[in-house]
Amino acid sequence: MSFLPYVIAAWLFVVGLWGVVSSTNLIRTVISLTVVQSSTYLVLLGVGYRTGGKAPIVADIPTSSKLVDPVVQVLVLTDIVIEATVTALLLALVVQAHKRFGSIRPSDLRALRD
Amino acid sequence: MSRRVRLALFAFAGPGLLAVLLIGLHGLPAFGHYRNVYGLLVDKVEPGLRHATDIVTALNFDIRAFDTLGEEFILFASVAGVAVLLRHLRGEEEAEQARGIEDHRFAGASPSLQLTSLILIPLLFALGAYLLLHGQLTPGGGFQAGVVLAAGPLAILLAGRYFALKRMAPESALELVESVGAGGYALIGLGGLIFATVYLKNFLPVGHQGTILSAGMMPINSIAVGLEVAGAFLVTWTEFFDQALIVER
Amino acid sequence: MTAIQLAALIVIAVGGTVVVLTPEALRQVLALGIYGFGLALLFFSFQAPDVALSEIVVSAVGLPVILLASLRRIREQERSRGREEGGPERQ
Repeated sequence: MSFLPYVIAAWLFVVGLWGVVSSTNLIRTVISLTVVQSSTYLVLLGVGYRTGGKAPIVADIPTSSKLVDPVVQVLVLTDIVIEATVTALLLALVVQAHKRFGSIRPSDLRALRD
Repeated sequence: MSRRVRLALFAFAGPGLLAVLLIGLHGLPAFGHYRNVYGLLVDKVEPGLRHATDIVTALNFDIRAFDTLGEEFILFASVAGVAVLLRHLRGEEEAEQARGIEDHRFAGASPSLQLTSLILIPLLFALGAYLLLHGQLTPGGGFQAGVVLAAGPLAILLAGRYFALKRMAPESALELVESVGAGGYALIGLGGLIFATVYLKNFLPVGHQGTILSAGMMPINSIAVGLEVAGAFLVTWTEFFDQALIVER
Repeated sequence: MTAIQLAALIVIAVGGTVVVLTPEALRQVLALGIYGFGLALLFFSFQAPDVALSEIVVSAVGLPVILLASLRRIREQERSRGREEGGPERQ
């Protein structure tokens, strides 16, 4: 039971990767990539958790109480906002690809071959 | 490689990857048994040192401010990439746009939607300002507040008035806001270099714990990052909406 | 591990699978929004309120907006491309 968060993170990673591999539509690829990214958040937060720890905000609890690790929360927090922007960049590429090649199915984008 | 070959290959690779991931993650300490020293040290030391009660924001904008500088510039670069990609598309079709001011209300802006967005706009601005200014006291800070502040003008779009949004927040103003945020953060670090001989070191007085003007330069950093994130999201959204709503033959 | 954490983990595992398996792109966007809320609940139960705030605003506002705008743009391009008579011109 204490290993469950990591099992679910690994499962999400592989499921998201399956979504990327088997997608017929580039927008579905981008959405599955979001699922892969969320598995990494789960691993990071799972590492930083302490049983019985409270949130690292000492506004109303005494400073010496047991807190969870704040460093991994910093990593995940900025990562979430950056993920949104990088997804925007990927979607801009998808729109541009549709404009040039007329379709968003990965099997139709063969410009590098020709 | 066709799709079937890809799927067949994944039928082998997928479970293999799952097994390797599980074996690798097995080496971590059990969930809840935290063993790292750095986090514990920061928890003990930070409130006395910087008088900020939200340790996550303190880490973000003060103790690990250099990481935030890098992440801010990742944001900036991605938005520049989006603008470059989508503006090239827009330039090809500008010649045929007849400009009537209200000629593109998006379908579905019913009165109930307009009323909801009218209520939402001041709430979003107030919430965004609260999160921004109280970042070092309660959960909040530059990143979250930036997105909430950017959602305010988005509600104007929901009300169906896209051109009013473009008049209120033209592209040049949004880019100015974003650049001020990004550049401002780097320049505040220079203040640390000048007054405290270390780049991005906290050089303002730390004040009384629990008030808004505490924790030195953390609120200023937070405001700079909030401006930058809000500007970045709004530029991205208006680029995408220009594609989806205006350009139509 | 508390009960809320266990429930949130199971919701996430099921939700992620649902997001990947949903057939149409438009429905996937909706599923992604709900998955984001599930993730935010998980982050709250892991005692990380800042992270949960960030996740809520991004996955409820940031991502669906650009996804829907791209979908609409692609659909319009397909419609205008279908309207042109004659052979497909790569312009």
